Amino acid sequence: MEIYALLGFVLILSVYLGLELISKVPSTLHTPLMSGANAISGVALVGALILGGDGELQNILAFLAVTFASINVFGGYLVTNRMLKMFKKK
Amino acid sequence: MIMNILENISAFQNLIYIAASILFITGIKMLGKEDTAVKGNLLSALAMFIAVLITFLDPDVQVNPFLILAGIGVGAIVGSLIALKVKMTSIPEMVALFNGFGGLATFFIAWSEFNSVPDNTFQYVLIMLTTYIGGVTFSGSIVAYGKLSEKLKIQKTSVITKLFTTVFYVSLAFLLYTILITPFITPNFEFFTVLLILTLLGGIGFVIPIGGGDMPVVISLLNSFSGIAAAFAGLLLLNNVLIVAGSLVGASGLILTVIMAKAMNRSIGNILFVGYASSPSGSKSEETGEVKPINVSDAYLILENASSVLVIPGYGMAVAQAQHVVRELGELLVSNGTEVKYGIHPVAGRMPGHMNVLLAEANVPYDVLVEPDDVNPMMDTVDVAVVIGANDVVNPSATEEPGSPIYGMPIIEAHNAKTVFVLKRSMSSGFAGVQNPLFFKENTRMLFGDAKDSIGGLVSEFKE
Repeated sequence: MEIYALLGFVLILSVYLGLELISKVPSTLHTPLMSGANAISGVALVGALILGGDGELQNILAFLAVTFASINVFGGYLVTNRMLKMFKKK
Repeated sequence: MIMNILENISAFQNLIYIAASILFITGIKMLGKEDTAVKGNLLSALAMFIAVLITFLDPDVQVNPFLILAGIGVGAIVGSLIALKVKMTSIPEMVALFNGFGGLATFFIAWSEFNSVPDNTFQYVLIMLTTYIGGVTFSGSIVAYGKLSEKLKIQKTSVITKLFTTVFYVSLAFLLYTILITPFITPNFEFFTVLLILTLLGGIGFVIPIGGGDMPVVISLLNSFSGIAAAFAGLLLLNNVLIVAGSLVGASGLILTVIMAKAMNRSIGNILFVGYASSPSGSKSEETGEVKPINVSDAYLILENASSVLVIPGYGMAVAQAQHVVRELGELLVSNGTEVKYGIHPVAGRMPGHMNVLLAEANVPYDVLVEPDDVNPMMDTVDVAVVIGANDVVNPSATEEPGSPIYGMPIIEAHNAKTVFVLKRSMSSGFAGVQNPLFFKENTRMLFGDAKDSIGGLVSEFKE
């Protein structure tokens, strides 16, 4: 159980850090921030790689998790980049 | 000896995870500033690449490497195709779709972990929570996708909506029940299957009653959920990079959700579970006065003599795809010596920052976009406020009429400008179903018709 206490600590600090870092975002960047954060949530891909167990069902689940997380990662980063490139100053 | 090397690999992997976490943190920080945003996004992509690569190289990985590569390959092709082909006007639904896929991935991760037979109660509880948040993120995002792309049209009052809303509450109750009994009875697969199904149906019920104008809040919230789901999956798999990255997303989604709710002066609970009270017809203040229509050539004459113009776009501009002609009109006005600004309300459109993206696509520089707080104090110096397909965000009832459902919502006070042009298809009320007294004001002129055609007409008048 000790490990969960430690990881819970990491989780809470990270949330706090996120709130501090992002609290003053100009509204111009609301969509890119959302879409860029969305790409980061594709980090579930890392989780999908370390799944355990044998058998057909486990393989199917891992494959599906990897595939959908990858769509999220590639699509999310590319579209954010495409969007940000359009923002120009006068 | 071999154990020793393996331990070292694990220590090395953790060092790389720390580096990746720092890159994620720096990336999201830089994403919040205009000058560094592109670089921030690249840094965060680099972090993702490093984290995935070092995980893949771990000899402890049990999943068949060919399956992994195949999955990544398929994901890369599908994701890139969608991202590069999509039109900028379809960005809201596409963000919803990608978000749903992230949720679905964590849903499968939790499912797989359940099959690996956890050895303590806490893990079971984590699995249930991760399944639920991931599943609701997925099916909720798919419904949001359907609503935003207008493929799914469903009334808030229809039987189907009510049915699914009920299922949502049932699923929530079932989740709580599951968590409460887990310490006493180890959940079996049949029990878990019920949770899987209820979760997916519940997610539909979570989003289905929420109307189009409230979509910015829902999208931000689902965005936050996908991060929280990833962070929980990290707890489950004892993986710290998942926890850090997931928490950052959870936090950023939460901030956007709060900003959106504040911009509507409503609580998040009210938006999600109540919606706008359909105002009883009696409470509508009898709109007296006449609507004064104007035609394109008269509007042109007024604009030509204006020295400052404020353009206020809303969802109607997105629907009419009028952003390019709007930019053209703006440029013509500027070359005519007029000062042109764009007043952007945070909840105009269907997602946070929707108008900003559309105008950026049309090459409007972002430093002429102003927020309500900055533009309201100087509104009486504006000669013409041009409202394009916006309604509730310029409704003076929000400041003048305490009985109105939208009373208290911060608005762009267009009615204080010397002249107001409202471009509108017809006299229908906005999303909130509230009549807009702005249309009846002394200084308001209605320019009826498709926004793109009307603005296009003004552009050709200027060119003559």
